[in-house]
Amino acid sequence: MELLNALVALANYVVIPAVAYGSQLALGALGVTLVYGILRFSNFAHGDTMAFGTTIAIFFTWAFQGLGVTLGPLPTALLALPLGIAGCALFVLGTDKVIYRFYRRQRAAPVILVIVSMGVMFVMNGVVRFMIGVDDQNFADGARFVIDARSFRDATGLDEPLVLRLPTLITLVTAAIAVALLFWFLNRTRTGKSMRAFSDNEDLALLSGINPERVVMVTWIIVAALATTAGVLYGLEKSFKPFVYFQLLLPIFASAIVGGLGNPVGAVVGGFVIAFSEVGITYAWKKVLEYLAPTEALEPSGLVQLLSTDYKFAVSFAILILVLLFRPTGLFKGQSV
Amino acid sequence: MKKILLASAATALVAGAVSAQDADPVRIGIILGFTGPLESITPAMAAGAELAIAEVNEAGGLLEGRMVEPVRADSTCIDSAAATAAAERLVTTDGVAAIMGADCSGVTGAILQNVARPNGVLMISPSATSPGLTDAEDDNLFFRTAPSDARQGVVMAEVLQERGITEVALTYTNNDYGQGLADAFTAAFEETGGTVTISASHEDGKADYSAEVGALASAGGEMLVVAGYTDQGGKGIIQNALDVGAFDAFFLPDGMVGQVIVDELGSGLETSVGTLPGTDSAGAETFQGLATEAGFDGTGAYAGESYDAAALMMLGMAAAGSTDSAAVSATIMDLANAPGEEILPGQLGRALELIAAGEDIDYVGATAVELIEGGESAGNFREVEFTDGSIETVNFR
Repeated sequence: MELLNALVALANYVVIPAVAYGSQLALGALGVTLVYGILRFSNFAHGDTMAFGTTIAIFFTWAFQGLGVTLGPLPTALLALPLGIAGCALFVLGTDKVIYRFYRRQRAAPVILVIVSMGVMFVMNGVVRFMIGVDDQNFADGARFVIDARSFRDATGLDEPLVLRLPTLITLVTAAIAVALLFWFLNRTRTGKSMRAFSDNEDLALLSGINPERVVMVTWIIVAALATTAGVLYGLEKSFKPFVYFQLLLPIFASAIVGGLGNPVGAVVGGFVIAFSEVGITYAWKKVLEYLAPTEALEPSGLVQLLSTDYKFAVSFAILILVLLFRPTGLFKGQSV
Repeated sequence: MKKILLASAATALVAGAVSAQDADPVRIGIILGFTGPLESITPAMAAGAELAIAEVNEAGGLLEGRMVEPVRADSTCIDSAAATAAAERLVTTDGVAAIMGADCSGVTGAILQNVARPNGVLMISPSATSPGLTDAEDDNLFFRTAPSDARQGVVMAEVLQERGITEVALTYTNNDYGQGLADAFTAAFEETGGTVTISASHEDGKADYSAEVGALASAGGEMLVVAGYTDQGGKGIIQNALDVGAFDAFFLPDGMVGQVIVDELGSGLETSVGTLPGTDSAGAETFQGLATEAGFDGTGAYAGESYDAAALMMLGMAAAGSTDSAAVSATIMDLANAPGEEILPGQLGRALELIAAGEDIDYVGATAVELIEGGESAGNFREVEFTDGSIETVNFR
């Protein structure tokens, strides 16, 4: 019983939040890593791309809700997601055509593209705020819980509750599907293979007749899809606020770099490493240890919290610096930064 | 000859300006966070202050018939630089005689030090409650009709003690207000023999509070005390704690009590309790009647305090016979406290008559104002519960 309580507390406060957050970060990091691998620059506008796609999806969600179209217990936002992706894809393709292509033709150094992406970031920042405002937007509807605290306690007789919210479950399932689709696309389809070839060696790929503009276009569409999915899931599970999405840039980059920039597997693993570190290091382990301690004397008197929750973002920074110092190519072999 | 002409023209201009000023209205700055974390309660606060001003104007104005004119400005509640600039504009451009505000403790301190003291302008805040402001250097220019949180901390501890709760977890918004209230509450609660299992700050404006709630839940406690803001992190913490089943009872101090949070969390707050400044004096009811007539919600947090703040500064001007802040400040304590005839809301005209006749008044107002040393309200609180989707007062302290 004590052991079960400990496990349930751990699952409720650490594992479930971290897995959900980790999948959102992984989707974000995949987008960053694709841009880095194929277009060869760090895209600072990624957080705002997420915010833009989510904004479009929110507008369509509201429209559907207004028309009375819903998915029953599932959130309406899932229905609006493809439209959000389409809108976001159009926007990033336009950005590419107007801005990035110019620098690509000049064969501009990556550092110039990074600065250019910062400019794009500020513009998108403004566009999003202009469209939807700076406030919190709540667009989640449908059922709230798969397992709620009271029914879990009643069913199991444990002291600790276990809660699984529907948006959390949807996050996990959708993220898994998105990642599986992406890997299938990159490894099995002709376009995916040409993207990988382009990423490995641009000149060789051009010589073998791969059309670079097409590769770039497909990359942007995939990036828009990943960013919008990540953004909508984050907004559904937590809440949507433009500034928060901008701030997500740090953990997303940390995830991509920890996993190895340019390496999709690394991006997914990196997302979970960052999420579990952020939640685990700032969690107060007192309760779990109390359940596990065999005698009262061994129970901890303090909170057993490594860092206060204020320092959540500092955890991503610390891991980022450690990885850059000791393993610049990341856990999986990516490009060094 | 030319010089003489110029000089006389200048003199005439100056003389004209002086006489024009006499006919000028007396301006009072109302600086509150019309945008920012308190934006949902500030409209009623401003309306409260403007109600008092309208009442004085109806009674014939101040200082031999000069009308009083409110000038609104935005304190943003959180951005000290913006608040200072707004207050500076009130004093230099609009030429206000006194400042009613600001709302949040941080910006109030900033305005006091950067604008009010350098310019020697009287300032009465209706809602800055940080204990830190009690000892702030103020050249005797700063008063507040709200009690310090040191007092609210004691009241909160009393409420918990009476309900037999001895162990609580505490989270506070990371600013002057949250920190001050958390410290005051912890000290008072531990004195009554209670235990605070964890005192953790939270940042406002985040999307996700699961890590914060995880730490709070691990520390445990019978109740979670949330010293935050209704529109901000405070609500996020409660929502998350309810979702994961970490706590089911919450203690909501003044910054958290608002109809918005009750509407959004609904039955989740059934077992929760809150405190906010308030009194059962006759003044409170009269004020609510006047507010309803004027078309705003008089039960809103700090609406009554705002009325009182504006009323006190105008009565002060009448008593001092000028708008000079130093002279006005000297009268405030006497006006607010006994002895004298008690003045309730709606009786400002009567108060002006008494002052003109040279008699003492004891301003009671909407919130039973009683100023103690340091120029702050002694503090009356109401204890509220959240049943059936409304805020119900169960006790006065």
